[in-house]
Amino acid sequence: MNGNASSSVQGKPRIGVLALQGDFAEHIHMLGLIGINATEIRKVEQLNEVDGLIIPGGESTTIVKLLHMFDFVDELRAHVESGMALWGTCAGMIVIARELADPYPTPLNLIDIGVARNFFGRQVDSFEAELKITGIEGDPMRAVFIRAPIVQDTGDGVETLAIVPAKDDGTPEQAVAVKKGRVLASSFHPELTEDTRLHSLFVELADEARTDSARISRSTEESPSTV
Amino acid sequence: MATSTNGAAGAQRWKEMSKPEVGDWRVKGGLAQMLKGGVIMDVVTPDQAKIAEDAGAVSVMALERVPSDIRRDGGVARMSDPDLISGIIDAVSIPVMAKARIGHFVEAQILESLGVDYCDESEVLTPADNEYHIDKWQYKMPYVCGARNIGEALRRIGEGAAMIRTKGEAGTGDIVHAVTHARQIQADIRTIQNAPTEELMTLARDYAAPYELVVEVARTGKLPVVNFAAGGIATPADAALLMQIGVEGVFVGSGIFKSDNPAKMADAIVRATTHFNDPDMLAEISRGLGDAMSGIEANKIPEDQQLQTRGW
Repeated sequence: MNGNASSSVQGKPRIGVLALQGDFAEHIHMLGLIGINATEIRKVEQLNEVDGLIIPGGESTTIVKLLHMFDFVDELRAHVESGMALWGTCAGMIVIARELADPYPTPLNLIDIGVARNFFGRQVDSFEAELKITGIEGDPMRAVFIRAPIVQDTGDGVETLAIVPAKDDGTPEQAVAVKKGRVLASSFHPELTEDTRLHSLFVELADEARTDSARISRSTEESPSTV
Repeated sequence: MATSTNGAAGAQRWKEMSKPEVGDWRVKGGLAQMLKGGVIMDVVTPDQAKIAEDAGAVSVMALERVPSDIRRDGGVARMSDPDLISGIIDAVSIPVMAKARIGHFVEAQILESLGVDYCDESEVLTPADNEYHIDKWQYKMPYVCGARNIGEALRRIGEGAAMIRTKGEAGTGDIVHAVTHARQIQADIRTIQNAPTEELMTLARDYAAPYELVVEVARTGKLPVVNFAAGGIATPADAALLMQIGVEGVFVGSGIFKSDNPAKMADAIVRATTHFNDPDMLAEISRGLGDAMSGIEANKIPEDQQLQTRGW
């Protein structure tokens, strides 16, 4: 290993939370609880300074519009393709999907999943449930679903981490957390609970990105290190 | 069905209902969390609702008349026709809010039945009850309520409101009272936070606020629910002003569809609410929007004609 790579073995991944709209403050708070000092991302240049990005809960139509308005779309894709970790929660999952069941908005296609918005109904149908999540040890997680989307179909290599079981009314089981590579998507809001385990899992993905030598050499080319 | 609750009982209920294991409160307050950093726009037709959604509104408020028209027309202002509300619900995919009169719990029952995502128990409509607000714990539908100070905010939260907005003075296009109310709530929070614990009960008495909620504010330094600004926001700079003062998002009533170019104004206020702290961006956003709504000076409205004094 060269000097650059070894210097990055120690330390913590840099995590940003997209702060255009939504509950970004809650994600930053959760990351703080596990010792990560996360950054609010409002400008596209800031993506150069993070190993992982969370797209929070919010209104997906609004967030997609603001991403286009403030020229995030191409840069975000380039960063994900070069190995940055990405996690979309609820609206964030809709934003990064390949396609949606409704015609609007047009998602960014950063993970190969089809998503149905507001799957469970309107606000009065919002609910909480206990979820067993692959990769999360111990008790099930308390998951908060607010006008929540679900994953309708998954492409090659997308791993389903959690499902909401089939219901008595005939609704089949639904995938609500998925992962492919360093891209994570979840229908629910761990940031509204006290449970930091899914955030810890994402920090691990971001840490992989941080120590990914291919990705380091790319960012080194862009901004030569002084080490 | 409506049994009145005094402050202490309301606070006890809040304590019980807001425990993390009770999902109801968290999913109600949770939707307000999702609206943060966003703009909620008053709309009177499905077409306006589409314009608002396209501009990036996080939610729309379905109404028959915007507040400035209600103010102009006079008469009794009531809940909107269910046809209008359903038409707007069908037109957009973002959450839809609608207003019920203060204390009119049957209008609220109707709104819940229509599938409205948030009910605004609003002083903009003519109050139905001079004494009592709605017992908001009775509904799965969450509520937003107006407030001018911490006491009013905590009374509404004690009754089950999952979101607070400043009252401002609706339908004027004059920001002065929204600023006053936002600052007042923050000043009251600072007072509570700086008070030694033995003074909290007396503060609760002075604010006429549930004691448990005053203790909660002392502990956290903020309202227990999301706090937006409303009442008189007419420009992107107005929205950014309130955001810099410390609210978490804005309602724009008459300010959009009473302006020269509603689509442009809507888009600009959405941008300004995201980049509220960036003067260069705000300068760019504020260019060439045409006239904002003409408005009336809120300080010149006699007290008996003010909307903000409705409710307590």
